[in-house]
Amino acid sequence: MLQDKIQDVFNEPGCATNQAKSAKEKKKGCTKSLKPGAAAGGCAYDGAMIVLQPIADAAHLVHGPIACLGNAWDNRGTRSSGPQLYRTGFTTDLSELDVIGGGEKKLYRAIKEIVQQYDPPAVFVYQTCVPAMTGDDIGAVCKFASEKLGKPVIPVEAPGFVGSKNLGNKLAGEALLEHVIGTVEPDHTTPTDVCIIGEYNLAGELWLVKPLLDEIGIRLLSCISGDGRYKEVAQAHRARVTMMVCSQALVNVGRKMQERYGIPYFEGSFYGVSDMSDSLRTMARMLVERGADKGLIDRAEGVIAREESRVWRRLEPFRPRFEDKRVLLFTGGVKSWSMVSALEGAGLTILGTSTKKSTKEDKERIKKMKGEEFHQWDDLKPRDIHRMLADNQADIMMSGGRSQFISLKAKVPWLDINQERHHAYAGYDGIVNLCEEIDKTLSNPIWRQVRQPAPWESGPSSTLLAAE
Amino acid sequence: MSHIQRFPSAAKAASTNPLKMSQPLGAALAYLGVDRCLPLFHGSQGCTAFGLVLLVRHFREAIPLQTTAMDQVSTILGGYDNLEQAIRTIVERNRPAMIGVATTGVTETKGEDMGGQYTLFRQRNPDLAGTALVFANTPDFAGGFEDGFAAAVTAMVERLVEPSPVTIRTQVNVLAGSHLSPGDVEELRDIIEGFGLSPIFLPDLSLSMAGRQPADFTATSLGGVTVEQIRAMGASAATIVIGEHMRVAGNALELKTDVPSHFFSRLTGLEASDRLVRLLMEISGRPVPARLRRQRESLVDAMLDGHFFYSRKRIAVALEPDLLYAVSGFLSDMGAEVIAAVSPTQSPVLERLKAATIMVGDHSDVEALARDADLIVSNSHGRQGAARIGVPLHRMGLPMFDRLGAGLRVQVGYRGTRELLCEIGNLFLAGEMDHDHGHGRHGYGDHGEPSRCGGGSCGCNAV
Repeated sequence: MLQDKIQDVFNEPGCATNQAKSAKEKKKGCTKSLKPGAAAGGCAYDGAMIVLQPIADAAHLVHGPIACLGNAWDNRGTRSSGPQLYRTGFTTDLSELDVIGGGEKKLYRAIKEIVQQYDPPAVFVYQTCVPAMTGDDIGAVCKFASEKLGKPVIPVEAPGFVGSKNLGNKLAGEALLEHVIGTVEPDHTTPTDVCIIGEYNLAGELWLVKPLLDEIGIRLLSCISGDGRYKEVAQAHRARVTMMVCSQALVNVGRKMQERYGIPYFEGSFYGVSDMSDSLRTMARMLVERGADKGLIDRAEGVIAREESRVWRRLEPFRPRFEDKRVLLFTGGVKSWSMVSALEGAGLTILGTSTKKSTKEDKERIKKMKGEEFHQWDDLKPRDIHRMLADNQADIMMSGGRSQFISLKAKVPWLDINQERHHAYAGYDGIVNLCEEIDKTLSNPIWRQVRQPAPWESGPSSTLLAAE
Repeated sequence: MSHIQRFPSAAKAASTNPLKMSQPLGAALAYLGVDRCLPLFHGSQGCTAFGLVLLVRHFREAIPLQTTAMDQVSTILGGYDNLEQAIRTIVERNRPAMIGVATTGVTETKGEDMGGQYTLFRQRNPDLAGTALVFANTPDFAGGFEDGFAAAVTAMVERLVEPSPVTIRTQVNVLAGSHLSPGDVEELRDIIEGFGLSPIFLPDLSLSMAGRQPADFTATSLGGVTVEQIRAMGASAATIVIGEHMRVAGNALELKTDVPSHFFSRLTGLEASDRLVRLLMEISGRPVPARLRRQRESLVDAMLDGHFFYSRKRIAVALEPDLLYAVSGFLSDMGAEVIAAVSPTQSPVLERLKAATIMVGDHSDVEALARDADLIVSNSHGRQGAARIGVPLHRMGLPMFDRLGAGLRVQVGYRGTRELLCEIGNLFLAGEMDHDHGHGRHGYGDHGEPSRCGGGSCGCNAV
């Protein structure tokens, strides 16, 4: 059953890469096989959690041994404006006895305890490797629990060993399509209702975008899943237009919502001035095409014009400071191109970007923007990055938390642009935040100091008794 | 008398806000205290990714950690091929001195025979004889962090240590449990070296996890005890075993080498530190260095100054078993009342704890037990619960991702005990002063009793 689902997810008409493959190739799927001893990155379960956990009022229960949750909870900066239940870590914490005797009864008891104690609108149950091997049928347990407890209990079948984080994203999307989206009708609908998919409100980023939507008159009916509420996600099928933010991760959700409910979708990004404006513009245009008041376009253009002139004015002071500053981008997927345009807009020079996790379209897009000359590293090893930084080929590296030490140990400034960061970079205000952060770290006085040789090392600045 | 509740099988089915971390993670940390080592999880790549992120957030250091990247097919058919390929790839790419393998739930559910796989690997790969290999069985579904750390240390002792015909009179082994921070190990080295002795720490996190600046990029641990040093532990004059969970490794070492071992359940507290100093005097036959004498005086003084703020304070402690024992013991020594001691896993050390309630539980249990506490001592994962019930949290243990220098804190010996005493004492002191000068919301003075300000010794004007 799970195999069928994975095959289905792999056969994605909305994905151009997939469409270009032969039937046999398609069957192999799109996960690259991982090399033992030289692999990095999260598993499918990790990916599923990333997509669903931002649904803030739901309970998220991990069915597995302690490693899957115990080592990993409370570690992402996705934020909620209200309920905080999503930050509570629930796990069945399977023991040896559960592995031998099966964990289904314990799972049911856990669901029941959570429903009785916290009364959430829904419980998401995540399958992991060990119970998947011993044959716990979480689908059946969830169905039984749903009926018995009168609450939606949603099985998320994405045990870690089926594949990568990206596959887990898609399997989480499948769970939403199968069990959640379309199960609740909104109190009322408007011609400007939109659904945003793949935005997780990291560091509160959605809140830099939403006020602009409000001002234009676009109603965010449903966000999958940043600052999400179960009910809002469940009524996503009444949106007039869908925007896909981290495009490839949840392309299956956008496409199937189009198939099932006739909702057109577009891919966009909130990073960088031009991408942000494009996204607002496209959203307004598509809503009008679907019957919204034509004035929406004018209002959108008004907001865009005002925000753009404001943001360029605010970015102006950074330009001289950023002149000749070279950035090494080490990230993946949608961020590889959306960040490039965002940073260049502020006057920085981008040396190149890693494209390990990017799709073919992502790469084409970069090529179109930057030409053939631009570096796109498919498999940049930490050792190579370290060498580039140590050789003074870049002034700052921007990446996720795990690779920060490659840069910091080379005594080169570094900025977090992944999920653990504390600052919001989306929207017009976000790009100003980003530039401020870059400027802060570039101009910090420690860089000169930490590069000084120790008193017992000979170095250029070892003038004895030099006056301060 | 208190009793230990079996948890979670009897108490509740849903562990809520877990205190427990998995065995392989503990094993990885132990391996990271070996120089030029690369720990390897035999499991799905997610097992490695989660563990890695947790250690990175705690230590703010690059963490070398690899995976055998088991998928569905290899999990069912057996993981030997992945294991062999992983080890070969690691040796080719990174040339480590040692690879420390920890199994996970993924491989242990099928029940891979790791002893047999070790033999098979060595037979099939004679060209890799120069790389030390240590395998530890660490299923995610049994035990916890401390057990995994212990399993890895025991595995290293059994695989690497060799008996020695000679004894080096000034060399001592220290089996340093997971409750010792890199800062603690550093402190112990100072203390032991002060007696003219050369310690070999297994593992030695002070050399690898205390903030290194490598000259070049390295994909293995940088610093730590070397494989040669581990092999030479048989020549030591004595072994100091620190923590209940190091006892098995200590026994294994003594059995293998006849080096006499001396057990310490904790090194935090005046009397505990005195015991260590007494032993070092005996082993070395040397007088106590002046520095240590001054440190002892200073600790005694801090106890006199600080006891006002500790007396009858109600404290809930939730930490890994041996750290739980050390901290609860210290707090009782200072006159505080440990109202709840919560451990993530079973351990023999729990039987010796002194606390009103002792249980194996999670952070939600702490939240329930600590409602009228003056303080919670736990890791950073305790922050949500502590905030909800309005009780201040003093962070200790792992993970501590919301404080700088998490790995460098010192809480052993005279100096470390004094530091801990002042840190926690300051929380009480600040709470009492806030209460007197504007009633801070910190759970102080909420019990309808007059505040005790140590007779004005804190400098405020309270009666």
